[in-house]
Amino acid sequence: METIFLEIKEAMFIALRAIQANKVRSILTMLGIVIGVASVVLMTTAIKGIDNSFQKGMSALGSDILYVDKWAWFTNTDWWKMRNRRNMTMDEYNRFKDLVKLPSATAPTTTTRQVVKYQNKKVDGVFINGSTADYLKTTNFTFAQGRFYSDIEGKGSRYVAVLGSEIAKGLFPTENAIDKIIKLGGQNFRVVGVLDEQGSFILGSFNPDRQVFIPIGTIFKSFTSQSFGTITFNVKAPSPTLVEETKDEVESAMRKVRGLKFDEPNDFSINQQESLKANIDKIVGVIQIAGLFITGLSLFVGAIGIMNIMFVSVKERTKEIGVRKAIGAKRRTILGQFILESSFICLFGGLIGLLIAVLLSMAVNQVLPTSIQYDSVILAISISLITGVVAGFAPAYTAAKMDPVDALRYE
Amino acid sequence: MNIINIENVAKVYKVGSEEVHALRDISLRIDKNEYVAIMGPSGSGKSTLMNMLGCLDTPSSGKYEFTGSNVSQMTDNELAKIRNKEIGFVFQTFNLLPRSNALHNVELPLIYAGMHSTERKERAQEALESVGLGDRIHHKPNELSGGQRQRVAVARALVTRPSIILADEPTGNLDSKTGEEIMLLFNQIYEAGNTIILVTHEEYIAEHAARIIRIKDGLVESDEIVAKRYIPKVKVAN
Ligand SMILES: Nc1ncnc2c1ncn2[C@@H]1O[C@H](COP(=O)(O)OP(=O)(O)OP(=O)(O)O)[C@@H](O)[C@H]1O
Ligand SMILES: [Mg+2]
Repeated sequence: METIFLEIKEAMFIALRAIQANKVRSILTMLGIVIGVASVVLMTTAIKGIDNSFQKGMSALGSDILYVDKWAWFTNTDWWKMRNRRNMTMDEYNRFKDLVKLPSATAPTTTTRQVVKYQNKKVDGVFINGSTADYLKTTNFTFAQGRFYSDIEGKGSRYVAVLGSEIAKGLFPTENAIDKIIKLGGQNFRVVGVLDEQGSFILGSFNPDRQVFIPIGTIFKSFTSQSFGTITFNVKAPSPTLVEETKDEVESAMRKVRGLKFDEPNDFSINQQESLKANIDKIVGVIQIAGLFITGLSLFVGAIGIMNIMFVSVKERTKEIGVRKAIGAKRRTILGQFILESSFICLFGGLIGLLIAVLLSMAVNQVLPTSIQYDSVILAISISLITGVVAGFAPAYTAAKMDPVDALRYE
Repeated sequence: MNIINIENVAKVYKVGSEEVHALRDISLRIDKNEYVAIMGPSGSGKSTLMNMLGCLDTPSSGKYEFTGSNVSQMTDNELAKIRNKEIGFVFQTFNLLPRSNALHNVELPLIYAGMHSTERKERAQEALESVGLGDRIHHKPNELSGGQRQRVAVARALVTRPSIILADEPTGNLDSKTGEEIMLLFNQIYEAGNTIILVTHEEYIAEHAARIIRIKDGLVESDEIVAKRYIPKVKVAN
């Protein structure tokens, strides 16, 4: 035991000096490992960042909400087939809501894009969400200030607005927004509530932080005609375990509303955040494949480089190996010495890669909130050590099994 | 007591389809505290014999007993252990590790023996002092003269307190005066009770030994006690 420890210490000592003696060569050889480790750390960090943002966004949308829509969010159905579908109307919604029994809440929604202004401040192209007071029940919204518009305000199509957190920040950086009069596309609206920060960038236009919420009737009065455009029915399942049953009920209710015969296909889609998740998974998959490819390739190239340099090193030090054997180094001592040396080179490269990844992710952090985790550090270290051992084994083995007499005779 | 006992040993090298008989049939006994010189023309098998005696190589046939145990039956690890503990090598070309200083070079066998740092450093320091290099312990080989390098190598051979010192032409790369200094060192080591075998081409070097074995074509030609061995009197200068 004692001997092994001493041998490891000696091997580390030799490895460090060998690297020191061939600085440029060692650094060049490290390049593959540097790139490999940097890419694997960046990849895992990016995926984690996307995942976190997505989770956050998902909980804002709620996992037990169904969205009945003319359009399927993500589908293989041809776009032109969906375009030929009938628009969904308020009439249909009213019949639909009486037919379904399971849902704990339903709400019709429509959107329009408008300029939002307060005094000299304005935000362009804001998604204006029009719905009923029940809409709140189909979300997990929490409020920074005020409240959602009431049932009376909703049914009465009043000019009241609830602001997403980013919109509120844009219009009221310092002031209290409640009861202020803002302009939506030229109309005056009174602010009744401001949402807490809910979503994340990953939801894009779904992000509630960049929306303004007003009664649906007000949208039809002021912005888009009812006969134009289509609406979405938000449906909340009574519990997350009853989502499938709710979906079945919603489907048969909609088919009844549309008067479809048993052999006619649905002319509407029932969307779920699951389909959003599937799409995100696709993106993550692409990052993963690209990342693994770059990582694999550079680690492979790096490993070959290390192996090559280690073979050179073994050859150059043949005489030294002979001397060490003559004074009592065992095979495993020599094996360990060279494996340790290549592991050191790789570990050093891995740490440089990690450093680069940290710096890059700090830059990326401006766009995608990421953070290097401890497990990335462990990942980087273990990957480089494993590469070092794998790449160093063959050269080290050649060194270990050298015949001491031949090695001593080598010039 | 026998340290070395070889009987009918042969060593054959295969070069392509040709067989080279480096050693044909050699039998030898060497006792504790002997001082033996091996002589012979170039290519006669001296180095081959030394490598075998030093457990760096095993015979093709014949028996080799080292302090009573059969070497030809030993595993690689056991051979390494014997080389480490029982044998001290001195080479013609010094064979020091170029990047390590004198102290570390001398320490190395003790590291492989698993000795603790403090004891190890003491022993290495002591060995370097005994060859007159107490003030050069932090010098790298390229900062030392040829004679000094060979003395570091002698210290390295001595540091494990081996049963036998094997030196293959230890003065071959040194001028005669420096060579004489190394021979004075060997004389001290011998007089302290150690066993030494050295290979040399020079008659006057061989005369330092107490017994001279002459080899020719892989066979022992003669084996005789030196009637009046030469005892060097030069002072070791640093
Ligand atoms: N590894 C080897 N492969 C093939 N032949 C070898 C090998 N080692 C030694 N020989 C041959 O064995 C013979 C003895 O060699 P050895 O080195 O023992 O001679 P030596 O007596 O030490 O000579 P010198 O005085 O020149 O050092 C020579 O003919 C040599 O060519
Ligand atoms: Mg020779």
